Amino acid sequence: MSSPSIELLEQMVADLLAEAKKLGASSADAAVSSSAGLSLTVRMGETETIEHTRDQGLGISVYFGQRKGSASTTDLNPAAIREAVGKACTIAKNTSEDDCAGLADAALMARDYPDLDLCHPWPISPNEAMQVALRAEQAARDLDPRISNSEGATLNTQSGSFIYGNSHGFVGGYPTSQHSLSCVVLSEENDCMQRDYWYDSRRDWHKLATPESIGRKAAERALAKLHGRQLGSRQSPVIFRADIAPGLLRSLTGAIRGHAQYRQASFLLNSLGEQIFPDWVEIREDPLIPQGLSSAPFDNEGVTTRPKHLIKNGTLETYILDSYSARKLGMQTTGNAGGVRNLSIESNNMGLEQMLQEMGTGLLVTELMGQGLNPVTGDYSRGAAGFWVENGEIQYPVEEITIASNMQDMFRQLVAVGNDNDIPGSVKTGSWWIENMTIAGN
Amino acid sequence: MSNTLALARETLLSPAGITDQHLQQVMDKLISCQLDTADLYFQYSRLESWMLDDGIINEGNFNLEQGAGLRVISGEKTGFAYTEELHLENLLEAADSARAISRAGQSGSIRITGPTSVQPLYGAHNPLESLPDERKIELMKQLDAEARAADPRVKQVTVSMVAAHDTILVMDNNGNLASDVRPLVRCNINVIVEQNGRREQASAGGGSRTDLNFFIEEDRGLGYARDAVRQALVNLEAVDTPAGAMTVVLGPGWPGILLHEAIGHGLEGDFNRKGLSAFSNRIGEQVASPLCTIVDDGTLPNRRGSLSIDDEGTPGQNTVLIENGILKGYMQDKFNARLMGMQATGNGRRESYAHLPLPRMTNTYMLPGKHNPEEILQSVKNGLYAVNFAGGQVDITSGKFVFSLSEAYLIEDGKITAPVKGATLIGNGPEVLTRVSMVGDDLQLDPGVGTCGKDGQSVPVGVGQPTLKVDEITVGGTAL
Repeated sequence: MSSPSIELLEQMVADLLAEAKKLGASSADAAVSSSAGLSLTVRMGETETIEHTRDQGLGISVYFGQRKGSASTTDLNPAAIREAVGKACTIAKNTSEDDCAGLADAALMARDYPDLDLCHPWPISPNEAMQVALRAEQAARDLDPRISNSEGATLNTQSGSFIYGNSHGFVGGYPTSQHSLSCVVLSEENDCMQRDYWYDSRRDWHKLATPESIGRKAAERALAKLHGRQLGSRQSPVIFRADIAPGLLRSLTGAIRGHAQYRQASFLLNSLGEQIFPDWVEIREDPLIPQGLSSAPFDNEGVTTRPKHLIKNGTLETYILDSYSARKLGMQTTGNAGGVRNLSIESNNMGLEQMLQEMGTGLLVTELMGQGLNPVTGDYSRGAAGFWVENGEIQYPVEEITIASNMQDMFRQLVAVGNDNDIPGSVKTGSWWIENMTIAGN
Repeated sequence: MSNTLALARETLLSPAGITDQHLQQVMDKLISCQLDTADLYFQYSRLESWMLDDGIINEGNFNLEQGAGLRVISGEKTGFAYTEELHLENLLEAADSARAISRAGQSGSIRITGPTSVQPLYGAHNPLESLPDERKIELMKQLDAEARAADPRVKQVTVSMVAAHDTILVMDNNGNLASDVRPLVRCNINVIVEQNGRREQASAGGGSRTDLNFFIEEDRGLGYARDAVRQALVNLEAVDTPAGAMTVVLGPGWPGILLHEAIGHGLEGDFNRKGLSAFSNRIGEQVASPLCTIVDDGTLPNRRGSLSIDDEGTPGQNTVLIENGILKGYMQDKFNARLMGMQATGNGRRESYAHLPLPRMTNTYMLPGKHNPEEILQSVKNGLYAVNFAGGQVDITSGKFVFSLSEAYLIEDGKITAPVKGATLIGNGPEVLTRVSMVGDDLQLDPGVGTCGKDGQSVPVGVGQPTLKVDEITVGGTAL
């Protein structure tokens, strides 16, 4: 099955905007996307599922003066599109007059934007995909006889295109691809059973980690968790290992989103220009990284995206705004409609081992469970598992404990960030060492 | 021919010009390989959502989704393809992709044998059209006004209202046709309160497989508004939660999420067939206190988790999972049931035509015991009374589960005292219910708010329980 061409998608956006205008909309914007791919899972040495994926969708927002309505459809036939646009217009007649509603300013549209090299389709057959996935699972199962069972290895490859346009005359779009390989295995010994995973995900399939390295890492992680103990309740320093540290950065970005600010639903309310981390902390967003998993040359409103500091010298430099939340706050959009793209935090040039050494005694957290963050107060309490550390060395795995604090205190008590930032995904961070948290156990 | 089947044909097949002959033609192509089972799944969904934020209706969205998913199963292998284009040629092309899982083999001709007759558990009417748009808006504004009038400390209110209408049609490789028309409505209100510089939030809401009048009847919507404000004000007074193992009394209704996380997921057929669950190979064993009987019941009229038929055409059922503490059965879709030599239990569910069915819960709850809830609280010297939760998660292999408290109080000398801040409860699924020492006589189902995620697929579910006393569970607070 072939995907529609970029020209066809562009034509659809143009038709949508024309239809909205015909129905009386004063302005409108629309996005159309289409992708196709393959998702293949092997388990215990055999193919388990082959899914041929093919996704398409269209979304439109219309404005009648200051009233807004939206609609989306996965059916791109003319009748369905007419129904969707018609519904968006009906809805716009019922929403409230909203001073802040509307497209982003025309002057902010990305007139010229760079090619970020985001599309590298993988011409792989189901049979070849099966071979790749089998190599990952086999490497995991071969590592140790205690790897007793498997949930399988999955190869997923998708490529497609999208086009965004609005009634300022802006039309932009580009092709993208994403490929991932993951493996989940179980370890078992003396009535203890544990499960863990590893994965990699890339725009360019040539750059995926080898199947063997992914499989082995999944197995090593599952083995390390065997025979975890509970801890007694106590106060302790905590290191969040790099692969779970992106969650801490997402808690930050959630709190400085314009929507959370104007709703007063943030534990960092009105903190622009305030110091919220120690002096040395620098956190950046770079939407323009070539082949970046979250890269985009313009945001979901067509606004040019730019690299910027979120945190500099420990101080909050900017909120994360789209045009709506910016107007609500009397500010200018930061080109973040659709979210934050490619975050990174500067490290203190210490490896994880050195951090454990310097911490001496404490908890290395490698897994978190549950939501456990109150976005309004910053109160934090989550299920955790990891390793107990004494004399700078891992002593034994721990599980069925919780760690708790307040996110503002955790940010202020950030002792160091490791340089162990070689983790998959769009966020680049090493491990985070937090001075003190409460551990609850038996 | 049943009424829902007529509706499903009219909605899904007729507009695309698909006839019974076409269905047979696609199925013939799908089964022209060595296979055990195959199915075609057609879906047509309409969803409308409205948002009130900062005093105004600032968002309204309409979502249209339709397509067909084609599945072939051969042994433990599954081939799957889907298409949004409901035309014969696209369906035949998708059938070609899906059957590539298996070598070419048999050929056959499938005749449609007619529908399985099932009594629907909910009405077929369209909830999107159950109220005029103006009335939907007015209702949301009433909830906003009710919350703001309830207390001057209310600073911000967000109200959302969603109505969905889903029509499905399934055809299996024996030519059986089954169909369902599923309404679903949901309303939620979130409030932020402030007092002396301290801010807190709370949410309340509900839903059902009826229509938007559900929120007007019995003043339910206004009740959500008052309850959200009440909870938020309670949170303004909350003290630090104690950390460590203690006795916990769980309130009735939504705290049944404990059963969903600690027990439910571990009893889904796929995990047990593969030996991945902490409950694998434990049927017949004592896994809970003898006071506990737990069922998964898809047959409750109008409930959020109910299904007249599941997404494989199996009628919804009431399945006993644990009886007097003994593990009795798993929840099954057709695929895992066949491989385990068991019966499908009406738990084969999928988020949409673009996803594969998996064994999933419907409404999971514990049957009532004989204790008065007051009596249960009075029996606790020091502990925690947990009445509301934000959500939970489980690792089905290790059995470890967590869930987050959103409203809880200290129990001191058998009395409810200070409210405590949000904290996490953590435990081990196969152990926690062995520590249930009292079960109340006050079974309640949740107000219709649950959504369950598994393998990236979300489906609506229900939970419920009476008041429960768990002798020891680890509470993740900050106060030592």
